[in-house]
Amino acid sequence: MYTQSFNVPDAPDGKTVPLAPSKEDAALQAAFDTRIDADGRIEPQDWMPEAYRKTLVRQISQHAHSEIVGMLPEGNWISRAPSLKRKAILIAKVQDEGGHGLYLYSAAETLGTSRDQMLEGLHSGRAKYSSIFNYPTLTWADVGVIGWLVDGAAIMNQIPLCRCSYGPYARAMVRVCKEESFHQRQGYEALLVMMTGTEEQKAMVQDAVDRWWWKCLAMFGPPDADSPNSAQGMRWGIKRVSNDDLRQKFVDATVPQAKVLGVTLPDPDLKWNEERQHHDYGRIDWNEFWETVNGNGPCNKERLATRVKAHNDGQWVRDAALAHARKQQSRNMKEAA
Amino acid sequence: MTTALKEWPLWEVFVRSKQGLEHKHCGSLHAADAAQALDMARDVYTRRQEGVSIWVVPSAQITASNPDEKGELFDPAADKIYRHPTFYEIPDEVGHM
Repeated sequence: MYTQSFNVPDAPDGKTVPLAPSKEDAALQAAFDTRIDADGRIEPQDWMPEAYRKTLVRQISQHAHSEIVGMLPEGNWISRAPSLKRKAILIAKVQDEGGHGLYLYSAAETLGTSRDQMLEGLHSGRAKYSSIFNYPTLTWADVGVIGWLVDGAAIMNQIPLCRCSYGPYARAMVRVCKEESFHQRQGYEALLVMMTGTEEQKAMVQDAVDRWWWKCLAMFGPPDADSPNSAQGMRWGIKRVSNDDLRQKFVDATVPQAKVLGVTLPDPDLKWNEERQHHDYGRIDWNEFWETVNGNGPCNKERLATRVKAHNDGQWVRDAALAHARKQQSRNMKEAA
Repeated sequence: MTTALKEWPLWEVFVRSKQGLEHKHCGSLHAADAAQALDMARDVYTRRQEGVSIWVVPSAQITASNPDEKGELFDPAADKIYRHPTFYEIPDEVGHM
């Protein structure tokens, strides 16, 4: 399961709705604020500010898209998994990601958007998904590193989302988080096995760690000082922990895991800071991050094209299922008549 | 690309986690018909033995209470504390009752 812990604006669609708050809205807004302040939950039929709804639709659908696109880099390795056991594990994981996408699409639909609208946003390139999937999976070690680091980073980010103020999103995240720890553990264990292998295999693991480490740190989103939307997300109880705090937590958790595994994290500035009781780490290349978010990463075009092709190739299946359902229905009606 | 207006209808999924327990709502999904909704619910919601039985219901068939009427509907129960056993004082020597 994957999400960028911040919400990148989707490309503009040219529609802006002018807001003219009425007296009634003010009362509803006050009731909403009171509930949020009391750490209450908002359910689909409750009144909510339009901006809250829009933010959630954008965030949940980006999250869902990330799950679905996230199936692609790992899916590439199903046919090349080194053993039947690893293949079965990888299939199960990729299937989970598909399931996570479905939970999230359903949660977003409770806000009044449709599955078709969301898919259209993804397929047209207007909607964003996690930038991490726009990098290639070059070796089998990448599959292990994605489980360990990418899923590990995602878990850090998703656990606080289980307490999100929007009920359906929080419930979807509880389900996702339950399934997620298998993803991280299978990746880490696959790497542990490789690290008992030949020098070449060990080097393969180190190389994959070197290529993914910084990208995983960037997954948490820009520094707090540069994420203007974070404060509003916090105010609404959608976001519970800041980008920098989550990133720090991830670094602190990962350092001892890397030690046990026997790999080096590629950051000369990474060291324990006794005073802060946390690890210090080096500077993240935000230019590269934004380039990738904005469509210029190494695999953006390929991922989107694969996704669109899969959807289009499945059109006849969806059409056939609908035609079958209609035929059954009319047959039943004839029999009843 | 054509995606418009061909969406499968939405279904609500209820799963019984174990014989003897009730079916509980666990989420929703799109499917062309009831049989397909059951098949998909199995794949989406019971990949780890979460259930022994599944119900699917067309979402459009559910009638829900209006959140605006929450007060009228549920508040009257708040002052009827005599409906709870702890409202009544019974001498200790009576023991469990």
